[in-house]
This record gives sequence, structure tokens and C-alpha cells, in this order.
Amino acid sequence: MRRRRWPVADPNTTPYVGRAMKRIEDPRLIRGEGTYTDDLRLPGMVHAAILRSPHAHARIRKIDTTAAKAIPGVVAVLTGADVNASCGLVPCAAAIPDLKAPKHTVLAGDRVYFVGHAVAVAVASDPYIARDAIEAIDVDYDPLPVVTNAEDAVKIGSPLTHPDLGSNVAYTHNVSGGGNIDEAFRKADRIVKHRLYHQRLTPMPIEPRGVVASYHTGEGTLTLWTATQIPHLIRTLLPGMIGVPENKMRIVAPEVGGGFGAKLNVYPEEALIAHLAMRLHTPVKWIESRRDNAAATIHGRDQVGEYEVAVKNDGTILGLKSKTIADLGSYLQLLTPAVPTLTGLVLTGCYTIPAVKMEIVGVYTNKMATDAYRGAGRPEATYLIERLMDVVAQELKIDRLDLRLKHFPAPGDFPFPTSCGLVYDSGNYAAALTKAKQLANWDQLLKDRAAARAAGKLSGIGVSTYVEICAMGPSKAMPAGGWEWGCVRMEISAKVTVITGVSPHGQGQETTFAQIVADRVGVPIEDVVILHGDTSVAHYGRDTYGSRGTAVGGTAIVMCIDKMIAKAKTLAAHLFETTSDHVVFENGRFTSPGVTNRVITWPELAGEFYVAKNLPPGLEPGLEASSFFEPQNFTFPFGTHICAVDLDRDTGHVKITKYVAVDDCGPQINPLIVEGQVQGGIAHSIGQVLFEQTIYNEDGQLVTGEFMDYAIPRAHDIPDYILGSTVTPSPINPLGVKGVGEAGTIGATPAIANAVMDALEPLGITHMNLPMTPEKVWQAIKTKT
Amino acid sequence: MPMPFHIHVTVNKADQHHDVEPRLLLVHYLRDVCGLTGTHVGCETSLCGACTVLVDGKAVKSCTMFAVQADGSSVTTIEGLATNGQLHAVQQGFWECHGLQCGFCTPGMIMTSVALLARNAAPSREQIAEGLRGNLCRCTGYSHIIDAVNHAAKAVARG
Ligand code: FES
Ligand code: FES
Repeated sequence: MRRRRWPVADPNTTPYVGRAMKRIEDPRLIRGEGTYTDDLRLPGMVHAAILRSPHAHARIRKIDTTAAKAIPGVVAVLTGADVNASCGLVPCAAAIPDLKAPKHTVLAGDRVYFVGHAVAVAVASDPYIARDAIEAIDVDYDPLPVVTNAEDAVKIGSPLTHPDLGSNVAYTHNVSGGGNIDEAFRKADRIVKHRLYHQRLTPMPIEPRGVVASYHTGEGTLTLWTATQIPHLIRTLLPGMIGVPENKMRIVAPEVGGGFGAKLNVYPEEALIAHLAMRLHTPVKWIESRRDNAAATIHGRDQVGEYEVAVKNDGTILGLKSKTIADLGSYLQLLTPAVPTLTGLVLTGCYTIPAVKMEIVGVYTNKMATDAYRGAGRPEATYLIERLMDVVAQELKIDRLDLRLKHFPAPGDFPFPTSCGLVYDSGNYAAALTKAKQLANWDQLLKDRAAARAAGKLSGIGVSTYVEICAMGPSKAMPAGGWEWGCVRMEISAKVTVITGVSPHGQGQETTFAQIVADRVGVPIEDVVILHGDTSVAHYGRDTYGSRGTAVGGTAIVMCIDKMIAKAKTLAAHLFETTSDHVVFENGRFTSPGVTNRVITWPELAGEFYVAKNLPPGLEPGLEASSFFEPQNFTFPFGTHICAVDLDRDTGHVKITKYVAVDDCGPQINPLIVEGQVQGGIAHSIGQVLFEQTIYNEDGQLVTGEFMDYAIPRAHDIPDYILGSTVTPSPINPLGVKGVGEAGTIGATPAIANAVMDALEPLGITHMNLPMTPEKVWQAIKTKT
Repeated sequence: MPMPFHIHVTVNKADQHHDVEPRLLLVHYLRDVCGLTGTHVGCETSLCGACTVLVDGKAVKSCTMFAVQADGSSVTTIEGLATNGQLHAVQQGFWECHGLQCGFCTPGMIMTSVALLARNAAPSREQIAEGLRGNLCRCTGYSHIIDAVNHAAKAVARG
């Protein structure tokens, strides 16, 4: 059974907002006419390839580049000794007290500390020759002891990832909140304990990373095209690495083939390729291979936690303690140490839990750095709290939905302050749960499960009621500021040009922003153009991550529109020979009822603004406004996911037989795009729960270095969905929107995992680590039958 | 350096004659020699399907084939799919059903779907999913892609 809720709307009808419209960005992409980084060709461009360490930890004794340099067509072969002094250190923006950080240079110095660590770069006239050249580089390595398991890394006597730091512990972070945690645990009738493992994941956007750099010697300006989510943050941070001032640097994120956090970073290659273009006086291109992407682009998750819940026998939860070891990998990328702390921010999920305590230990191991992968810290929190709710319900023999309902804040409790120190903006958690139950036909689902079990089948139902943090965020909570910038200009032709500081790469904001603008300005949607992703056009911005595009970036645009209309009213009033407060603006028309019958439309007004012959004194020519929006809080989308599974006793295969998601992201600008975001997010969870895991062996070799070994979901792994929504506007922004980019990934993981565990419950199996692969499920069944 | 090899390939109905190195992959020939960058590279190991094109009507991952192996063949890439500016039914289906987000997998998905519909004009959802087994998408979660192919099949059936 499958429900499709959204007939695609006629583009000629308004309002556009709220309608399932086809995307404006699609025609170029479905014709193969989009320009991704690898599609750029500049005159004189040469190609770089990077040699990476095959060792997880080794001293570099010697690098011999003679043979590589002798290959015809090779332009340069360089090592850390040649470039590091000119490329600075890879920046980390997370401010964590007492953080011990290694100095990570763009190419290795005298030591490599993970498989994939960049050791040398070859530049050649052709990418094939560049690859020949790196194969001809001879590196003499002296292997050093390796640690790949974070729990081992904190033990006394463990090999050290960075001997000069004296310890593998990067930081210890303690959060306590709400009431007295010790008292909560003293008053408890029972302490429920559970250990959970949030496996390491590889984001795997289908487009790997890539960089093209061009330096204009005369002007001293650098243009850098990079497959990134964050052109503006790169423009902020790269000057400190390569010495080109910010105002002489243009960063372009052209068409970007998916990010999921993997491209929310300033990578060594961005500085290195920029430096090479400056050094060699010619444009340089570097395109990452899939193998390099798996090894040297950030990974996600990799936490292991021990959790304790203090409960009364009636199910009342008094407190929650968590002790987490977070595997940071071998060095710090932009937000590496901050991601586990996000887990601490939503530890209590959508529940009233009076006291919390969390201890996070961030640990170095000989692996690639972890960082923000879709959901970044919140999937870990949601998985742990939702799994714990089921474990508590099971131990106390209480209905798991009743346990959840009992701890939901009521709609009237919002804004709702949590023990973790946040204030949830708005919510109606029970409404989403009720709707999901309806869509899932809950009672029937329970009957079906009972019947299946009676017939000897392993059948389970899982539920997750989640809340997450979006619209990142208030500047005081964001390392580089969390505002967003926008600019709206009406041209002399009455066409509307919108510039946004967010940098979408698949989220469809060219469409959603055009919907918002066309409605509010009162122009046909085809007259609106949205520009983004080029710092010479969108001068300032804070880019795309943390489900912030529409909630923060969209709001900046709404502010611009309001300013632009206010200015237009001033001129209309002048032309009507009245005052602004007597001018009415509606659907793109200015009138002044009671003053005149005259109607002024945008083309007339825009013309007046630019020919500027009839402006009232003091009114500037031109019709354009820009704004910075500073959100006062995050937004907190929520919802309920319900998943039913059947397990195959013979193969351990998990089949999802029903999937219902009710997500509340506030009012939906474009329900078709929302649906796409939710479905895409759930697919990442299906991957996490059932197949995906980044594996390093004991020697620190990356086992999952290709799509052959790292199993992301394929089309036939995806169930039919029943999707629904509730609409609780956020008071934090005038659109009321909350954000939806990560909700699927945050809400779905526990629903699917809980369903598998529910199916295994009759066998007495109470725990299984993610991913719940057929092999693991089969083994578990076998030991119990 | 090995001797270049002269090849003649019909690409999107146009004759192409080039001297290429024997090791040049078809995908790089199309992108770098013919300038058709709509065909994307996601893995170079024939696992992701982003590079799928039609070679003599069959869907082929163009990173698994050398350009010299395409000598004498007729290749259709995403750029050659629309006729007289009119989108192919599969392209239209992807647009109507939001079958793409970042668009990087899309050319390969579309070419595979074209070949799929040529074999089976009225596939079930399961058959579509099975037919797309060799194409990875990290953005959409596939449901809208299956909708898109379904939409195209129905549109073609309606004529
Ligand atoms: S690039 Fe050819 S299959 Fe991935
Ligand atoms: S649309 Fe991005 S990979 Fe498919």
C-alpha cells in the first residue's frame, strides 16, 4: 500500500507557497547541463593527484619523487616539506575548553596517522599522468603502533595517536542539567542500564569532493571552485591558511552533488590546490576518487555510550545519566569535537526528564576524522533515548506508547525548557503520535503481529517519537555566527533577483525561495531568480547545514521583501500624492482607496526607481534591500515514525513491511520537496540500521573503502511509505517553518532498530549492535533457537 | 607512452573521430574529449551507475569500458535524450515526480530507466526497483525515482 498525497500543482496558480510545485532547478539537471566542479575546464588547467598513506600510523623516513618527476607531462611533485609552510593548518572552529589538538598540516610532515593521510601531490597536464606520477613516488615508511578502538585508546598503555599530546583523550565534556541527579537516582525504584553503539558511518555523497583553483597574479585574486556546502565559511577560514585576503578571494560552490555534512568542512585540499595554482601560475584541478572519498572525507557518528535511567515503578522517569566515548579519529576537522556535544543537547528527546548528566570523552584513534554527518549528534541522542524508552517499558512491563505519552510536555507547556538547557519552541507531540497510529492502523498492526507470531514468524513493530534541533542557529550558539544574509532586488524590468547566503546542494531552495518571493512580492514565479553559492554574488552568508536554509535563509529574504515593499510604498505615496500609511499593497498592486482610483504596478514603480526623475526628496534610487536575520532560538521539529518488520529465520534478512512517518516541520513551503527530504533521510537510516558501517581492521586498514564494501541502500531496499504531517508553526521566524533536512535520518533509525528488537523479543534477545545485518540477525536467532 | 588508437564513435547522432590512448575510459572520452559533461563519475569502479550511457541501445556503465571498445558504436548520453528540445518521457517523469535532489546520479538514473522501459514498457514498482539496482542515489531515497519511472511508463502508454 502506498499513498501519494501531492498532485503536482499547476505553476500558474497562486499562492505558490504550500503547493507541491516542480523544481525550478531540475530542467538543467535532467538535461545533463548542470555544471559540477568536475565539469569545469579552464584554459591551461593542470590536474593534481594526491598520494595517500597506506599505513594507519608510520614515520616517514624518506620520500623519493625523482621517478615521478621524470614522467613526461608531469608539472610538479611536492611533499609536505615543500608546501606546508605556505598552507597553514586545517582549521577547527569548535570551542571546547581544554581541548588538546594535533596540528594537522595539508600534507603529512614526518608522520602519517591514518590510512588516507595525504603524503604528496603530483600535478600533470592530464589526470591520468598525474595518477601515474603518484604511483611512481617512493615513500619509505617506518610503521608505528596503531589504535583504532576508542575504548582501547583511553586505556593505560594504549598506543598514542599523537605521542606529543601525551594521551589519546582530546577532551572531557560534562553537562548536567535540571534537578539534582544524585537525588533522582536515590529516589528511583529501579535503575535501567543499557549500552549502545553508534557505529561509524561514511556519508558517501555520489559526487566526491573536488576543487579547481585559479590565481590571477596581476590582481592578486584567487577564485576557488569547490564541491562544498559552505563557500562563505571557506572564504572566512582559507585566508588564514594561504595568506590571500578575504576580499581578494572568491569561493564558488557550483552545482554540488550532495553533501550530508561531508562537504561542511574546510579540507586540506582546498588550501593545497589554491596554493598550487598560486605557485604554478596556472589553474589546477583536483577531483577526489571514490576510494579517497571513503578514506579522507569525514566520517560520522562513532560513539559508544553507557546509559542509566532512574525510574519509579509506575514508569515515571526521574533522571538520565550518560557516559559516552566519542571516536574523533586522528585529527580535528571543522566541527569534529562539537558533534558529540550536540548529542548532549537533545539527550532528553521529547520527554520531561527532570535531571540529566552527561559525560563525553573525545578520543583520538588512527582513523579519519569524524564530523557532522546528516543529523550530527542528534541521531545518536534520538537513537539512545528512543531505544531506552523501549527498554524501560519492557523492564517495567508498561506500554511503550503510554510511557512516551506520560512524559510528553503538553502543547500548553511550550516554550518548553529542557533539563539539557534548551527551550523547545513549539510542539504537539501527542498529535503526531496519534496521527501516525491512525495512518499505521495501529490496532490492526498489533493484531497482525500477534497472528504472525502465533504462526511462528518473527515480526516486530518499532516506534520512535523524536524531536530535533534545526534552523541553526542563534549566533551565540554557533562557532562562526548563525545568522543569515539575503538580498532582494527588483530590476528595472520588474524581474526579481534574490541573492541568498545559504548554499543549497539538492535541497531545492531555488524553488522554495522563489515560491516565497513570488507570493510576497506579487510577481509570477518565472520572474524570480535565486542566486547562491558564489561569494562574488552572495557576499555574505553562513551557508547550508543544520536544516537552516529556509528557516534562517528564507527569513532573511522575507525581511528584505518587507523592506523593499516599504520603500516602494514611499514612492507610490509620492505618486498618489498621499502618505505611505494610505497606500495599500496587495498582489503586486499599489492602491490608495479613498485617495485615488489609480493603480500602480511593479513595472511602473520599478521604472520610476531606476530612471529616478520623480523620486520624493530623500528617497534613494534603486529598489533593493538586504538583511541579516539573527534567529533568537533554534527550531525543534518533531514527529512519530512507526515501522513494522518481518525477519527471515533462515537468512536473517530484515524486511520492512510497513513504514509510517508523521513529521511536523511547521508549515510546508513545498510539500513535494518536504516529502523528498523525509524519504531521503529515512533511506540514510535504513542504511544505518541494516547495512552501513565504516570498518577499520586492527591494523587501521580501511575495509570499507568502496561502494563494494560500504553498502548504502539501493532502490529495492526501500519500503513503500505512508507519510503524513502535522503543522505546528515555530514562533521563531515569520514563516513559522522549522526545517526538514535531517528529520528523516533522526526519526527513522530508532523506529527501525526498535522494530527489529521487538521482533527478536520473543526469543529473549534484548540487545544487538547496529547495523543489524542479516548475518548478525541470523546469528542471534540461531543462538536462541 | 602507448600508441594512440583511432576511433570513430557516433555520439548523440554526431560522428566523432579521435585518436585516443588505449587506456582512456569511455566516460572520460565523452566528458573530456567530446565535452559532454552530463555523464558523471561517482566511483570509477562500475558500482554507482552515475556514468551510465546507452551503447548501441544498451545501458552501459561508461567507466567500465575503454573508449577504444566503443569504436564503431553508437552512444547516447543524457545530452542526446531530448528531441528538438522536447524532454524525453523519462526526463519529464523525473521532473514531475521530484526524482532528483542534487542531480548528480540523475543522468545515469535516467539512462538506465530509458533502457529499462525499452525492455519492459509497463514495469511494476518492484521491477523498476530491481532494474535500478546498479544505480546509487544518496539524496532521494529512491521512492520518487520509482514514481518518476512509473510516470514515464504511463505517459508513454498514453501516447
Ligand atoms: S562512475 Fe561508473 S559506475 Fe560509478
Ligand atoms: S539526487 Fe543526489 S545522488 Fe541522486
